[in-house]
Amino acid sequence: MKLSRSARITLGTLTAVVLLFIYVPLLLVVVNSFNSDRSFGWPPRSFTLEWWSRAFQSEGVREAIATSLWVALISTAISLILGTLLALALQRHDFFGKDVINLLVILPIALPGIVTGIALNNLFTTVLGVSLSLWTVIIAHATFCMVTVFNNAIARLRRTNSSLEEASSDLGAGIFTTFRLVTLPQLRSALVAGGLLAFALSFDEIIVTTFTIGAGQQTLPVWILNNLFRPNQAPVVNVVAVVLIIASVVPVWLAQRLSGDAIGMTRSRKKASPGITKASSTAR
Amino acid sequence: MSVDTRPADAAPGRPSRQALSALLYRRGRLRLAGLLTAPAAWLILVYIAALSALLITALWTVDTFTGKVSTTWTLDNLIQVTTDPVYQTIALRTLRIAVLVTVVDMVLALPIAFFIAKVASPRWRGVLVVAILMPLWASYLVKAYAWRNVLAEGGLLEWLGINSPGYSEAAVVIALSYIWLPYMILPIHAGFERVPDSLLEASSDLGAKPLATLRLVILPILVPSIIAGTIFTFALTLGDYITAQIVGGTTQMLGTVVYANVGAANNLPLASAVALIPIAVIMAYLLIVRRTGALNNL
Repeated sequence: MKLSRSARITLGTLTAVVLLFIYVPLLLVVVNSFNSDRSFGWPPRSFTLEWWSRAFQSEGVREAIATSLWVALISTAISLILGTLLALALQRHDFFGKDVINLLVILPIALPGIVTGIALNNLFTTVLGVSLSLWTVIIAHATFCMVTVFNNAIARLRRTNSSLEEASSDLGAGIFTTFRLVTLPQLRSALVAGGLLAFALSFDEIIVTTFTIGAGQQTLPVWILNNLFRPNQAPVVNVVAVVLIIASVVPVWLAQRLSGDAIGMTRSRKKASPGITKASSTAR
Repeated sequence: MSVDTRPADAAPGRPSRQALSALLYRRGRLRLAGLLTAPAAWLILVYIAALSALLITALWTVDTFTGKVSTTWTLDNLIQVTTDPVYQTIALRTLRIAVLVTVVDMVLALPIAFFIAKVASPRWRGVLVVAILMPLWASYLVKAYAWRNVLAEGGLLEWLGINSPGYSEAAVVIALSYIWLPYMILPIHAGFERVPDSLLEASSDLGAKPLATLRLVILPILVPSIIAGTIFTFALTLGDYITAQIVGGTTQMLGTVVYANVGAANNLPLASAVALIPIAVIMAYLLIVRRTGALNNL
């Protein structure tokens, strides 16, 4: 499609403006983490490192980070196993009720977080009579993290055809050997990408967490929310926020490098051979 | 002589793993069951059970003395939620915010996704995708909070000489559009990437102007991706209450009501009844868009 020069420039400018719109508020948080003024009026009055040193000494922050890491790790592990199994089942098999399962797996991300939150809260407290704890948070997180792993795995499975697996079993490899030596290596980078995204999703989740976490326990987002409106703590929140922004670059960068599939970003044309691309595009 | 092409069958005495492998190889159903049981059980036992329980709890009540959920069946909660003007106002406001956020994001995302996928040079494409992706994983709370700083009295907007909407419903729409924007750009970008360049060339060779190509060639291919994006922005906004707390001032959303009734008011049945509103809305939307194939683009 031949676009006029002015159309290209307009589109480019628009993109630049929106990127500016995306980054300015984040930069503001970075600047405010060094702002000595507690009310963060603009422009900042003077530079200070006090909030940074207070953040690093804060035990509450450290404990919350440890809790978040633990929750995210376990939920990612669970969702990796369940998501992969589900992707294999739905991509390599045809069965009655497949559509229902397909809809079922996207439901936890298609329904608002508050629904997932209150539904699980109600299940745990009213129906099962279980007291809320970090385990209930993990169960909740795994339920929606499963979807990101599933999405990444199934996108990769669509692009790799099953002829290699058939060859492997024709050559006498058992099912588990074929999975270990043929299927898993093909899936690996997609699973790492899906796992990283699941981890990031769990680490950042706040709405479902507030409904499923036990009293007195806090993940990092819960800590942030609890301290957001405390005049003494708000500057420290800025510091934590900056660290989070920087830390969030890592999983995104890794996921992007490892897999073109990251959150539906298909770069199949560059990676797969033309034949496979064609097959996968007709499959849609 | 017939040659048995199947892998070595499990002879007696062989390791059981091999026997299991051979059995699974021969029985496709069994293999499927092995794959499907754990994840399906999780989704049904945890998620579907929870959603069903929510529906049932909405029909129960709270014992005013003990504050515990009492399993007395009643339609009171549902009637209250559907007829009380307070809930109607809040439901309509939430719906309005969700629609606005979705429209704003769609209008912003379409040209940008198009630019990244089809106009920018290949070297820039990767950079731009990462630039869009990065803030996606910067904490949700951080982003809502960042807008609080922008909108505050004496904040950045005022300094720039722009009239700040303050903490209001408009602020909620701005902040949520901001937070969910990548969720709209990404599926639409993926959609544009699936439009083959040759198709665009063919269209222009046949004399179509760019706008005609956009309308007749690109848009029909793109519809499922756009809908996938709207599911994210719409659903995420419908269920929000924290951004409303941070930048909304007194603006209440459905989520605020649900949260207040789970926590402070301790009325789970009423909270469940309120939560049924977004469920009904999203389910209706999913049913409508199911045929477009958008659900495979999530």
